[in-house]
Amino acid sequence: MERVLFGDNQFFGVNHASEEKARAQSIHFRDAESIIRVLDIAMEADIKVFMCTTHTKIGEITDHVRKNPAKYKQLEFYPCMPYAHKYANAMAEHGPVDALRQLLPNNGSMMGAIVKGGISLAGLNVKGLAELLIDAEMNMFHGLRTPVIFLQNVVTDLLLGIGFHEAFRTFADHVRTKYNAEAGFITMNLPALLVALKEVGIINPIICSTINKAGFRMPGGLSAYENALKEHEFRPVAMSVLASGAISPKEAIEYVCGLPKVESIVFGASTRQNIFETKRLIDAFSS
Amino acid sequence: MKIRTGLLGLGKMGISHLAIANSHPEIEISGVCDSNPILLGALRKNTDLHCYQNLSEMLSSERLEAIIIATPSRSHAELVKLALNHNLHVFCEKPFCLDPTDSMSLTKEMASRSLVGQVGYHFRFVGTFQKARELVRSNHLGRINHIRAEAYGPVVLRPRGKTWRTQRHEGGGCLYDYASHAIDLVNFIYDTPDRVSGTVKRSIFSRDVEDEVYSTLLFPSGATGQLAANWSDDSHRKMSVRLTIWGSNGRLSVDRQELQLHLKSPCGTYREGWHVENITQLTEPTSYYLRGEEYSAQIDHFVQCIAGKAECRSSFMTASSADSVINMIVEDAQGNCHADELQTTAVPAASRTFFHALSNRISARS
Repeated sequence: MERVLFGDNQFFGVNHASEEKARAQSIHFRDAESIIRVLDIAMEADIKVFMCTTHTKIGEITDHVRKNPAKYKQLEFYPCMPYAHKYANAMAEHGPVDALRQLLPNNGSMMGAIVKGGISLAGLNVKGLAELLIDAEMNMFHGLRTPVIFLQNVVTDLLLGIGFHEAFRTFADHVRTKYNAEAGFITMNLPALLVALKEVGIINPIICSTINKAGFRMPGGLSAYENALKEHEFRPVAMSVLASGAISPKEAIEYVCGLPKVESIVFGASTRQNIFETKRLIDAFSS
Repeated sequence: MKIRTGLLGLGKMGISHLAIANSHPEIEISGVCDSNPILLGALRKNTDLHCYQNLSEMLSSERLEAIIIATPSRSHAELVKLALNHNLHVFCEKPFCLDPTDSMSLTKEMASRSLVGQVGYHFRFVGTFQKARELVRSNHLGRINHIRAEAYGPVVLRPRGKTWRTQRHEGGGCLYDYASHAIDLVNFIYDTPDRVSGTVKRSIFSRDVEDEVYSTLLFPSGATGQLAANWSDDSHRKMSVRLTIWGSNGRLSVDRQELQLHLKSPCGTYREGWHVENITQLTEPTSYYLRGEEYSAQIDHFVQCIAGKAECRSSFMTASSADSVINMIVEDAQGNCHADELQTTAVPAASRTFFHALSNRISARS
């Protein structure tokens, strides 16, 4: 994996510290062009990976990248699926079964076909359904390089919580066989996920989790995370390293770069100055 | 010993509670119950959970001590009653009961049995709102004169949607689903209004329920408030609740992320002028995270209350107060029938009137 990954929270009105900032960002990035401009700056700063959700607007970015292959020949995508609010809102609006119908390819006709094919919904296997949903999310990345595909934290942590750990295996197997990609897991519960992945035989997994000096959003506390980094075999990607602004960038990045094993750091920024400065700090503390 | 807990209802909130409670070190999920065979089938096949389609069967088969109820709101009163009759501690999703007389009688029943009864008003477990309560109750703002309570978000965005949330008889609608949070926060941070007036409660898209609610809140102290809730607002990525409070010594504005305080005169450790505090500084760590610390914190609080280590912060009693305000709003809205229907024209005819007036004036001059 690349050392520095460019994240996309700033493009979709996600700000853990302020709703006003979140709204200002979502107004600023209301069209794909404004996102592309910032992505181009990240590439100028020698960042080669865009780690992004499967928000429908990303489809416009990937269209643009496909149309300009020479310009983006070095760019890789690490998709993170699914865009959780799409699912949560569909579930609140339609209920669980109709939500699936909405989210499946061709507006559920595939589900209709399954039902018509004599397989009742009750008998529908979760594995097959999950694979269909993964394919639907991956559609926007066709023809592009996606060497790592992540499962979003809401889904990872929900499966972890209810004890449906075999689903991690299903995800990892499907992205490997169909997309020749490595599975990554985003989580807010690193210590517990490590145990669950080991239990289903996923060896040396890529795990993206909150890691910051402030201990913000790190259930179990900083020491549990530091122990996990020492004791478990996995490939960590650190996110929320700046703890939504709770720590100074220099202090935050020095801390994360000093941790054992951390392979990659994902960060989001909107301005040229912040992108170049964060990249410079990561390079400086990584050497 | 872990608390043997059952979970009833596997909708959006029920599944979330299941994951959180199942990860709690002091809870054992002994059984889950839902009417949907598809979900139960998937859980039975892929997890170790004991799954039931029938509540009586779960109650008789599992020796439960507590239950989490996350079914449509209409069913809460009956199910909570049944749970209390089985001497179970109850965590019930909000709103508590659609009829406030049920809320009060269940609160009494719970107290007489020395059980814990908690309702899922999770914003009470968000650091920023807790801080706002502290500041208001310690008179940092002086005498409170006005509160604005707002809840906006994207739930019903077009004229369809078939879940219980959009059915009046199931306890759906923006008032029960969205405004209830804002109402409960007003009660939590300041006080419960004893009257409401000028309520507008009407549909934008839904056939059967309201999509927006506006009401004036009148408090025993003489302070006033304005409630505004709209669940058809997709300018918000998810539900957003904000309270703004004006007092004789300043103003406070608070949402899930941030608290902004402006003081006229210094108070306690706060100097005059602006103060900003973020959730990053105000959040207590939890042992498991899904969707937000507050969801885990409220389940952990339920456990602490059962162990006798805490007094319930979102009890049947406080939820009954929210139910009574909701009921006042429902009754007040019935008296304001002129506000029931929106005009079907997208834009009022103002511009045409303006041009007519202009053209009349010009023709009068010539």
